[in-house]
Amino acid sequence: MVNVLIVGVGGQGSLLASRILGTLYLNEGLDVKVSEVHGMSQRGGSVVTYVRAGEEIASPIIPVGEADVIIAFEQLEALRWIHYLKKDGAVIYSKQEIAPMPVITGAAKYPEDIYGKIAKYPVRQVAIEADKLALEAGNVKAANVVLMGAASKILGGDEKLWQEALVANVPAKFLDLNKKAFEFGRNSD
Amino acid sequence: MEKKMMIGNAAVARGLYEAGCHFVSSYPGTPSTEITEHVAKYEEVYAEWAPNEKVAVEAAIGASIGGGRAFAAMKHVGLNVAADPLFTASYTGVNGGVVIAVADDMGMHSSQNEQDSRHYARASKMPMLEPADSQECKDFAILAYEMSEKYDTPVYLRLSTRVAHSQSTVTLGTRLDVAVKPYEKNISKYVMMPAKAKARHVVVEQRELDLRAYAETAEINKVIMGDTKIGIIASGIAFQYAREAFGKNASYLKLGMVYPLPVDLIRDFASKVDKLYVIEELDDIFEAHCLKHGIAVEGKAIFSKMGEYTPEMLRNKILGEALPEGNHEDAPVRPPVLCPGCPHRGIFYVLNKLKLVVSGDIGCYTLGAQPPLEAVDTTLCMGASISGLHGMNMVNDPEFAKKSVAVIGDSTFIHSGMTGLTNIVYNQSPSTVIILDNSITGMTGHQQNPATGLTLKGRPAPILDLEAVCRAIGVSRVTVVDPYDMKECERVLKEELDAPEPSVIIARRPCALLKSVKHKPALKVNADKCVGCKMCLKIGCPAISMVDGKAVVDTSICVGCGLCADMCKLGCFEGGEN
Repeated sequence: MVNVLIVGVGGQGSLLASRILGTLYLNEGLDVKVSEVHGMSQRGGSVVTYVRAGEEIASPIIPVGEADVIIAFEQLEALRWIHYLKKDGAVIYSKQEIAPMPVITGAAKYPEDIYGKIAKYPVRQVAIEADKLALEAGNVKAANVVLMGAASKILGGDEKLWQEALVANVPAKFLDLNKKAFEFGRNSD
Repeated sequence: MEKKMMIGNAAVARGLYEAGCHFVSSYPGTPSTEITEHVAKYEEVYAEWAPNEKVAVEAAIGASIGGGRAFAAMKHVGLNVAADPLFTASYTGVNGGVVIAVADDMGMHSSQNEQDSRHYARASKMPMLEPADSQECKDFAILAYEMSEKYDTPVYLRLSTRVAHSQSTVTLGTRLDVAVKPYEKNISKYVMMPAKAKARHVVVEQRELDLRAYAETAEINKVIMGDTKIGIIASGIAFQYAREAFGKNASYLKLGMVYPLPVDLIRDFASKVDKLYVIEELDDIFEAHCLKHGIAVEGKAIFSKMGEYTPEMLRNKILGEALPEGNHEDAPVRPPVLCPGCPHRGIFYVLNKLKLVVSGDIGCYTLGAQPPLEAVDTTLCMGASISGLHGMNMVNDPEFAKKSVAVIGDSTFIHSGMTGLTNIVYNQSPSTVIILDNSITGMTGHQQNPATGLTLKGRPAPILDLEAVCRAIGVSRVTVVDPYDMKECERVLKEELDAPEPSVIIARRPCALLKSVKHKPALKVNADKCVGCKMCLKIGCPAISMVDGKAVVDTSICVGCGLCADMCKLGCFEGGEN
């Protein structure tokens, strides 16, 4: 069974990322469940999407401490969901910082040294400049696909199937941009 | 057969298509919205957005009496709005089959309460099915039509957020060729006046007995035997949590039909297991049924009536296993916010500045209650902003009306704000209503409505004229403002609050997320000028934050609305149009 948690800020494109993974595992012949977030929490809130694949999946939700991989589109979100990661799991996250409203209003402080905080856990962490790589690929909005590229190395699987999953889920007119973003992510480490 | 990943809502839509459904009418509501959006993609099915759930259900019942297979979808609170026609449609029954999907929101991901819709099935004496994954969403939608026509009743399809919004594989089938039945006049079946309704009530009671008998042997009520020390009765997503938690170490009675409930089937299952648990999110409906029939179960004494369940919680309650540890990190919360460039922001800043009492409503603008704007005092249900403001003003001295407003979105106003406004005019409270017209149904993800000029299927439609509606209701003071112009908003607001008669202010600007909206270049802060006074933070824009004592704009999300520049007394914001 593979459990992948995709976390970020509403509007960052977790839906696309989860659908790429869902297609990948479906094409690998696995039973797949993907939970999505719609509605109010999409509006700039903390969002979490669960992708589960295996012989037979019951609950679409990943239990705490059982995620193999966390893909985080923003580093505070990586920290927020870190307890979902199992021992020896991997967290791949964008170094981007997006201040939540309590930080903007001064009611809270954005945590310092997130890398150091995550380093205390028995997990592997990969921090990448996803937004900068996406911009190099042509659009900062492709940061989600950059992260999927980085995740593809850790999650493994046939590279051809990854490409197919990408093609199946991004609009044709943005395919070249997204392929580039995926490659940048895959070669980022 | 082709297999496809689908969210539950898309699978329900596929089920409607395959069942030969002719007519769909709904009002958007998370987590039900995507059913109607997906079904609209099938050319063979007519689908529309109605102004509210009551209209949608009435239209669906009309389509059924007219001979077609009909459908309406709504969220749990939408069912409250639609309850009136449904309770009597239970008496009239159907001609073409009727299926009503209702999506409950356990955990309130996007709702104002977490009511349990199963109560409605019992109260209206109509059957309810509950799928547990996308394949069942499709299959149960098709079965619901067969049941509807066989038992002459509308059938509820109950979903939960997790089933509606989770993708799993669905095997696709072909569309049934169902003809629209001929309409036949039948006064004793379709005219529910007392004498006729009394006769139909007899039919309803007999139908309930027939459905109860069906529940005893229905294939969708499944017994799955494993270890018999633990027996579990569950339905929908709660069944999936239980299966995840206990696998083969328990036996299950999975109820696909959650009303009416079987008795003998449950009694027989109970006799095969040592200890029987009822695992149902929200209320104790299965449990009460078991207890009524003298079947001993463990239920709400150990499980909550609130929020969502998890497999970890179930193992903790039943096996005594420790709960996994939570997050120890100090991570500030990230609540949802009004988007950069949101046209509601300027209005809420002015409302906060003037310290008004704000009677709020349901939509993105409910987020105006969050810091730093904090400019919403009440949120109840669709339309309550206007009617509630009237009540507040009537019990207070006339000065109160000079410090209070209602705020309501364009779609919500059409849904159920017009009647409240009529009440204000009819009973003469000097209330001030602000219609936040962002030209779309926003929070549910951009659905068309009668004021947008397009139908669900993308065809042009007449545009409902909000100003003309307000004037026709009898409001003589109707003003339109641009919510990006905060000075003008403040001026108009003060003027209308002072007026000793009802007034409506329409704050008009399309949602910044609409693809048709052209954005201006992002603004930048001139760090040499910025003194770190934080005035610009008072509008609560997620694109502005303080870094090393200076304001910084996140240019990747700024849409150049310029509200921050208007806040800044030192002219630090540069670029954009200015």
